[in-house]
Amino acid sequence: MRVALFITCVNDTLYPRTGQATVALLRRLGVDVEFPAQQTCCGQMHYNTGYRRQAEPLVRGFAEAFAGYDAIVAPSGSCAAMVRDVHPRIAGRSMGRVPRDRVAEVVPKVYELSEFLVDVLRVTDVGAYFPHRVTYHPTCHSLRLLRVGDRPLRLLRAVRGLDLVELEGADECCGFGGAFAVKNPAVSAAMCSDKVRHAADTGAEVLCAADNSCLMHIGGTLERQRAGVRTLHLAEILASTQDDPHGSGWADGERSPA
Amino acid sequence: MTAVHLGMPAFPSFPEAAEAATTDAQLRRNLRNATHTIRDKRARAVAELSDWAGLRAAAAAIKNRTLRHLDHYLLQLEEAVTKAGGRVHWAIDAADANRIVAELVKATGETHVVKVKSMATQEIGLNEALAAEGITAYETDLAELIVQLGDDRPSHILVPAIHRNRSEIREIFVRAMGRWGRAAPDGLTDRPADLAEAARLHLREKFLSAKVAVSGANFMVAETGTLVVVESEGNGRMCLTLPETLISVVGIEKIVPTWQDLEVYLQLLPRSSTAERMNPYTSTWTGTAEGDGPREFHLVLLDNGRTGALADQVGRQALRCIRCSACLNVCPVYERAGGHAYGSAYPGPIGAILTPQLRGITSALDASLPYASSLCGACYEVCPVAIDIPEVLVHLRERVAETGKGHPAERTAMRAARWVLEDPARLARAQRLATRARRFRPRHLPGPAAAWTDTREVPRIPEESFRDWWRRTQGGGPRAGGGPAGKGGR
Repeated sequence: MRVALFITCVNDTLYPRTGQATVALLRRLGVDVEFPAQQTCCGQMHYNTGYRRQAEPLVRGFAEAFAGYDAIVAPSGSCAAMVRDVHPRIAGRSMGRVPRDRVAEVVPKVYELSEFLVDVLRVTDVGAYFPHRVTYHPTCHSLRLLRVGDRPLRLLRAVRGLDLVELEGADECCGFGGAFAVKNPAVSAAMCSDKVRHAADTGAEVLCAADNSCLMHIGGTLERQRAGVRTLHLAEILASTQDDPHGSGWADGERSPA
Repeated sequence: MTAVHLGMPAFPSFPEAAEAATTDAQLRRNLRNATHTIRDKRARAVAELSDWAGLRAAAAAIKNRTLRHLDHYLLQLEEAVTKAGGRVHWAIDAADANRIVAELVKATGETHVVKVKSMATQEIGLNEALAAEGITAYETDLAELIVQLGDDRPSHILVPAIHRNRSEIREIFVRAMGRWGRAAPDGLTDRPADLAEAARLHLREKFLSAKVAVSGANFMVAETGTLVVVESEGNGRMCLTLPETLISVVGIEKIVPTWQDLEVYLQLLPRSSTAERMNPYTSTWTGTAEGDGPREFHLVLLDNGRTGALADQVGRQALRCIRCSACLNVCPVYERAGGHAYGSAYPGPIGAILTPQLRGITSALDASLPYASSLCGACYEVCPVAIDIPEVLVHLRERVAETGKGHPAERTAMRAARWVLEDPARLARAQRLATRARRFRPRHLPGPAAAWTDTREVPRIPEESFRDWWRRTQGGGPRAGGGPAGKGGR
């Protein structure tokens, strides 16, 4: 099985540690994951802001970069959902500028990380160790577009030492929404205010999600408020082991930002 | 083309109105309580039905088919209504509809009408138009009454006074009821039963004296020309049965072909809107009947932008809406911005896709509505007729961006971002450039980016992008299968 990592432009640029964790985790599970260097971005920002035509070359580029792989794993629910849900629609409306057949070929191979682990590798216990109190935010696109269900929770429950606590109002949006956070800053901040309050109420030290764009928003607010809760991508928790609890074996550079 | 009226004064834009709303603590609390209560009740009511998904799919399919052949069903309806003793009037827009209704009322010689709660008449601003003609319209739905007495505007499709709590309602009753008719009883408390009794006494006087009623309709059955009003209080039924003349203003998309089709919606609507298993007062009437109910019945069929929306292949699904407001009740944006911020009779997610389509994207407010969503998808999930609201929102954003209503700087930035992201080499260069500036981590960014740093820190820029790290290390540590921890998974 040829497995490709779709890192996503946000992780690539701002959260390389999440990518490094994903690679370490998959290799530990026996997957020789590759990184197709031609990949860039799924086009979600353009499409969701109303620039569908600008997203077209990115959709075409995605289909080209990942052609021929058996599985494409993305540590982002939102970007995986963009490819699965929207790429065929963009191709369909592109008047041939984006080849529909190539998009149709690559789209079913795309998995969000927890889907790949649970559905393809059929593991829930990935041998991880993370001795901290953690609460999980499901993120809207994982929850409602991909319908990953309890897969991330099953993975987290199997992590040794991890104390998983429930987040009140977990299924409510954190208020990021890409352009929404900038175009409607007041409502976005009001939404995040409730999210971080619920997170702090759990007594958890870590708020975990499978999407760094939402975590950038929630984490940025938590940090500004000095709330004492940090955010961490699911992959980074699953990559941690008893032998290497801080990821010094796989992470490069400094520790993940709080 | 005449401007399409949606019955609301315009705010400068959604973000500005919403910002003011987020600081109104009383409003925030009222909305949080109300929306969460209805939301949870709805979820329980829907979970009781094992065939909900099938009903939902049927409801979408029936409406799609009906809209595809709307011309046919409208003529069938007109024929059936006429045959049953009613008269059908066609209104192209709000002004047209208001003029028709005012003339019909004047022809009766009356200067007062009672009203059944109706979105269509809110949409066209009928009360204001009638007032200009010297005709007073009395709202008889409890929540609409609260809004009218408070000289206020509705903020929710189903619960127009959702932004008010009971102590505010008591104050409004005490202050204003006397000006509109029977005054509030002395020593009125804010107990719900006392407030309801005060409204009952006030309204009874109106029901018993009114000669003309104005309503909308939830559905129109084409095969028999029957109109259907679905309500919880019985006040609507008073208006539909007691007066001598009944005038119903109904959007052309409210048609269902047959009674069998209606059955699907009568299951979906009460559970989605009020979380009831069965609707309390479902009134149906077909034309006029000798010695029973109104002697004169007029149906005003309202277009007001609907034909335009129907022409849009993505946007037309909004016309399936049955006005249940489930999307409002689950929307995190509506909950915090309130209904008034949407500047239309139709607030919330459905309003954000309906208003710009009916009204056209002509103002800054209309152009801001498609962006009044984080695209979280909660609205689509609960919609009983499966309107993919996020899909339509994005589609309308495209229209905003294309018609030049978008921000020119945004367009330039999007083009630049596309140019960088199109090519992995360019992306890598941009990332290295950002890395060089990584020690500069501002707490406050200038320009539009200030919207981010007002409440959040900016992310730290890493020493090296993932792609550069991969190129340097080929993915770091040992390859799969090479390390002792390697587990077979394939």
